[in-house]
Amino acid sequence: MSKAVIDALVQRLPEAVYDPYVGVGGDDCAFVRRERIVEVCRALKQDLGFDMAPYVTAVDYLGQTPRFEVVYECYSTKANARVRLRVKVGEGEELPSVTSVWRGANWFERYVFDMYGIPVTGHPDLRRLLMYPEFEGNPLRKDYPLRGRQPLVPEREIHDIFRGPGPATRD
Amino acid sequence: MAEERVPAADDLLAPLPTKKMVLNMGPSHPATHGVTKFLVELDGETVTDLKIDIGYLHRGFEKSCESSTWTQVFPYTDRLNYVSSIMNNVGYALAVEKLCKLEIPERAKYLRVVTSELHRICDHLTLVGAQGLELGAMTIVIFAVEARDLIWDRLTELCGARLTSNYARIGGVARDLPEGWIEKTLKTLDRTAEVRDEIDALLSRNRIFADRLRGVGAISRADALDYGFTGPCLRATGEPYDVRKAQPYLVYDRIDFDVPVGSNGDTLDRFLMRVEELRQSDRIVRQCLQQMAPGEIIVEDFRYALPPKPLVYGTIEGVMAHFKQIMEGIKVPAGEAYSYTEAANGELGFYLVSDGGGRPYKIGLRAPVWPMLTALPQMTKGALLADLVPVYDSINYIAGEVEQ
Repeated sequence: MSKAVIDALVQRLPEAVYDPYVGVGGDDCAFVRRERIVEVCRALKQDLGFDMAPYVTAVDYLGQTPRFEVVYECYSTKANARVRLRVKVGEGEELPSVTSVWRGANWFERYVFDMYGIPVTGHPDLRRLLMYPEFEGNPLRKDYPLRGRQPLVPEREIHDIFRGPGPATRD
Repeated sequence: MAEERVPAADDLLAPLPTKKMVLNMGPSHPATHGVTKFLVELDGETVTDLKIDIGYLHRGFEKSCESSTWTQVFPYTDRLNYVSSIMNNVGYALAVEKLCKLEIPERAKYLRVVTSELHRICDHLTLVGAQGLELGAMTIVIFAVEARDLIWDRLTELCGARLTSNYARIGGVARDLPEGWIEKTLKTLDRTAEVRDEIDALLSRNRIFADRLRGVGAISRADALDYGFTGPCLRATGEPYDVRKAQPYLVYDRIDFDVPVGSNGDTLDRFLMRVEELRQSDRIVRQCLQQMAPGEIIVEDFRYALPPKPLVYGTIEGVMAHFKQIMEGIKVPAGEAYSYTEAANGELGFYLVSDGGGRPYKIGLRAPVWPMLTALPQMTKGALLADLVPVYDSINYIAGEVEQ
């Protein structure tokens, strides 16, 4: 079934989807060009029924160019089919966000940004997800040391609490 | 003073000036069952916006895994969803076996299902109890914990640990059932069923409880899919997706069980899904215990599984296999695979990349609740502040697995 999905994708967007292959355990996978990922995802969702938000993660293949790879694990509840899309992203290159296709991609992309430092363009709220804003570097990059300790950061000023109505002097 | 004239009906109300208030809930709030920070924007008592700050429990799961051998990852997986640790073990073991193309013995498959489903019962009991607790029904959580601890006692007898029970291994399971364990487990299931029915009778048809949860935190089927919901929360919206049925793994295709499906996608439905799944897991465990036949519990391939101790102490081959596995780790063929199982809260996925060495190159964890937390602002928009706690509880956010 899902072989048909990959074939349909390749047929529809032949320049965007390349090197389809059957992975370990019969997973259907294909590579997608970085600039066209949103287009491919939209076709996947609208024409091929991949309605569930994918799991998005990244891998750092240090030493290879392009260095990173972002992986989209898509599932269609209608066809009970799965497709894995892999996007090669070079150091410093921007990854278009697929949050406009599936809202659920939001935090996964923040994770990719946080842990691998891949800038995601068109993301509604691109902030670090698990690490704190003052953290320097990206922990899951292969060149980030395992025991990379960072200094304590000073306590942030609380400016997001504003009090309710009361005497003007109280604030 | 040119005051604006309020409509006549509101003449008796004191015209208080209102403005929006931002409330910091957490990081250490009793209702967050862990450390999560909510920034709630309130208009009176109505939630108008919600920002969630996570990461307080981040332990660097993926980074730690990349520097340990494939086998050493198991204890880390216990601590992902610590309420149902064996499910994480099994999910991870299946992922590695997929990459190794390893077929495990029949009995090991059954044992994995039995322990997973026992842990599913624990997980759902915890949630069902907590759901009562959040709304002030302290009794329920005491009941649930009683039953849960009985199951934990059985798992202690099996794995030696009460909470972070570590049972699955690459190629099978750690040890066989102790003497008399099946009879004891059946009795435990009977007691659990009593407690479950008692909780069901106390809550599910309780007018106050049902009214409190009905329509609260509702999400539509299309939205839930768009956010990537899985598990009971997705099924509460009417989408019958369950990995155990859609892509049966282990022995789920030989077992007769139903998947409960809701219709409203609200907190009450999510609660009812869990109560019904408690019944189904009970059925699964009983069927497995009946169908199970004696046999091997781990593959006899010493590239993947540790040799039995008499061989290690008695033969040079055994000692070498043991040494190579402990020191260098299992050699998993180079490649990448994504494996997914139905954990208590939904699809637990592992994306593994191996470079052929003894250590994982990358372990990507798709925690079931991760996408659901993204949807929390939408689910609670326009709800009362007091609804935030039960809604948040009903998605069963386990910081251990989402924050890795």
